[in-house]
Amino acid sequence: MASRIGVYVCHCGTNIAGKVDSAGVARFAAGLKNVIVARDYKFMCSDPGQDMIIKDIREMGLTRVVVASCSPRLHEKTFQKACQRGGLNPFLFQMTCIREHCSWVVADPEAATAKARNLLAAAVSRVNYHDELHSRVEAVHPDVLVVGGGIAGIQAALDIAKAGHKVHLVEKGPSIGGHMAQFDKTFPTLDCAACISTPKMVAVAQESNINLMTLSEVVEVKGYVGNYMVRVRTAPRYVNQDLCTGCGLCMEKCPKSVVSEFEEGIGKRKAIHRNSPQSVPNTPMIDPAVCIHFVKGKCGACEKHCPSGAIDFQQTESFLDLQVGTVVLATGFDIMDPSCLPQYGFGRYPEVYTGLQFERLNNAVGPTGGKIVMKDGRPPESVGIIHCVGSRDKNHHPYCSRVCCMYALKYDHLIKDKVGHGAKVYNFYIDMRCFGKGYEEFYRRVQEEGVTFIRGRPAEITDRAANAAEEGKLVVVCEDTLLGRTLRVPVDMVVLCTAMKARADAPEVARVFGISQGQDGFFLEEHPKLGPVSTATDGIFLAGTCQGPKDIPDAVAHASGGAGQALALAARGEVDISPTVSWINPDVCVGCKMCIDLCAYSAIEFDERRKVSVINEAMCKGCGSCAGHCPSGAAQVRHFNGKQVFAEMEGLLSPAPDAPGVEAV
Amino acid sequence: MEELVVVPQTESRAVPGEAFEPAIVAFVCNWCTYTAADLAGTARMVQSPNVRLVRMMCTGMVDPKYVIKALLSGADAVLVSGCHPGDCHYINGNYKARRRMKLLKEILPRFGIDERRLKLTWVGASEGNEFAATVNAFVAEIKELGPIDTRRLPLL
Repeated sequence: MASRIGVYVCHCGTNIAGKVDSAGVARFAAGLKNVIVARDYKFMCSDPGQDMIIKDIREMGLTRVVVASCSPRLHEKTFQKACQRGGLNPFLFQMTCIREHCSWVVADPEAATAKARNLLAAAVSRVNYHDELHSRVEAVHPDVLVVGGGIAGIQAALDIAKAGHKVHLVEKGPSIGGHMAQFDKTFPTLDCAACISTPKMVAVAQESNINLMTLSEVVEVKGYVGNYMVRVRTAPRYVNQDLCTGCGLCMEKCPKSVVSEFEEGIGKRKAIHRNSPQSVPNTPMIDPAVCIHFVKGKCGACEKHCPSGAIDFQQTESFLDLQVGTVVLATGFDIMDPSCLPQYGFGRYPEVYTGLQFERLNNAVGPTGGKIVMKDGRPPESVGIIHCVGSRDKNHHPYCSRVCCMYALKYDHLIKDKVGHGAKVYNFYIDMRCFGKGYEEFYRRVQEEGVTFIRGRPAEITDRAANAAEEGKLVVVCEDTLLGRTLRVPVDMVVLCTAMKARADAPEVARVFGISQGQDGFFLEEHPKLGPVSTATDGIFLAGTCQGPKDIPDAVAHASGGAGQALALAARGEVDISPTVSWINPDVCVGCKMCIDLCAYSAIEFDERRKVSVINEAMCKGCGSCAGHCPSGAAQVRHFNGKQVFAEMEGLLSPAPDAPGVEAV
Repeated sequence: MEELVVVPQTESRAVPGEAFEPAIVAFVCNWCTYTAADLAGTARMVQSPNVRLVRMMCTGMVDPKYVIKALLSGADAVLVSGCHPGDCHYINGNYKARRRMKLLKEILPRFGIDERRLKLTWVGASEGNEFAATVNAFVAEIKELGPIDTRRLPLL
């Protein structure tokens, strides 16, 4: 039976009708094949506009609807719902955009009208080949997986747990807390980082709805939104968490000392160690790579001295399979190693530090007990702080790392505070970006404390003195772009504000979870403005700096957003699965298996009995990689199949005649 | 359901004395280039009306036969445009499109079609200006190239 099409052309006030002859386009549509009714109206998306469609479906028995108006990205859902209310399957609808792609961008009214006719002819031609499709409803498992135990992961886990849902919090390191646990003070309020983060860490440990897994990694994710099967690998700690009281005697007695990663290489730790006395869990771990027992088979000092018998050299890695409905990724960031910028002499000059190292110098439990001192124990008389090291630099990371200006200001203040107001502090900046609440005020305060700001990216840091004043100092060579002068600034200590970058293992994590990375390596959100926490994979959400550089308030807010999205799904308990996925016609499939390797979501399996490939519709996202390649044309995306695309092209390429004198009904 | 009849273009559409207005079909992905086109519209960036978009979910679903069919049905050129490499909404659909279009560009001349009539570009969701520039540049390029003459195609 031929379809009965209703066509509706919108004026959008004067947005469309001001350029395109909407009424003429409707008259043209009325003459197209299978079109029963064609109308134009001021605002199709309004209630009367939608009612017009509903009424026509009911009264004229329309079997297809076409609307020519704004972008389908804006109102496709609106009109699909109207069709549904009229009793028509929402997929028997096609929308074409004559505003964004026509009236707003084509200069000549006649050309714009001709293009609108063309686009409408394409939509009418296409809609003939639409099929009825039905969404499926799937149950959502109420448990949530949070990956990463930094401040974002902690916030997300606590939010979800507070709502009454079970959370599995998987952390790669021996303790939660992330980078924030390394900091001393936080800008601009100068709260001590530990004072605000450790209570949250403890809350995680005490929350009965949170299953905290440290030294753990997600190695495999199977399934789809609402029904993810996750495999977690836990590395051995060699200390029994149930027996250990966290007394710390083992660390005292351990004879093996190595450079500490948590202290960013400027402090020492033992082979059995924990990040800090505030670690959660408080249990130390043995590093088998350096432990004398594991390397040489002797020692065992920790075992001998442990009063509770918690040391267990026999522990092995274990695997745990979890079922969860949704996932929040909070895997955080890495700090760029500034060794790749040899002009700054990091690693060559002992008094050149990264920002995180400087945090440790300030931290009361850090290697110097919180004193800002040089390697020889003297406090520096002058410090150079270099902004944008590796950030805003097209050779390294073109983006702004967002936090460096502010933590540089914090360092300015801390130096003045701890070393004394006589200490000279020079900031070498490109632009100051103090965008948050209270940030600009903090900038002003630091300026008033007598800190020097020099606008310009330093060219090099050298220890070659050009005069007596530079003797024994590091010299920052720089052009002051405001004064237009080259400067040589002698300082005792240099702090490099290094870029925040995507974690080194981000590609691996992206692969395991089936999400994508943006150009800068951070995980890609669904929409930069309106979908900042969701990903292209349903049920997987982002929290914190794994999505892009953020300061603590932004990371926490983002994490709560991610938790909210995960909760929305978990609390509702069911999810609609779009039917616009691929389908392989078993009568046509020759079983070449080409599509199986092409599928990025592992949604295609081979049916050995029938010798054809079969799509698992629950896992298919409808990208059409299979359909684009299938040599026999057996694989097709529903709602974007070959017939529909060909029909659309036929309409597009039909010569658009001048509007015929057909009267609109 | 009726059979589709796509009438192949049998004559050069150049009308003597009239400026050549190419017909260009663009297969663009929903997530990046279509969004960029919307943005170009919202920002009122004037574009040649010659390019008409066909919205796909991903450039990875653009079957080479869509391109060939368009060219044989009267399109003077085809534009395929999606997300930047690494940004694909479907992990790597655009890489698949890139491979496919590369091969297609090698095959087109054997059909007697200038490979410049097929263009693959990446226009991200926020690049409205880039979209308008791509459209205008491509239209200018095809105007210079002249209309496709399907009479001379060997395989029709």
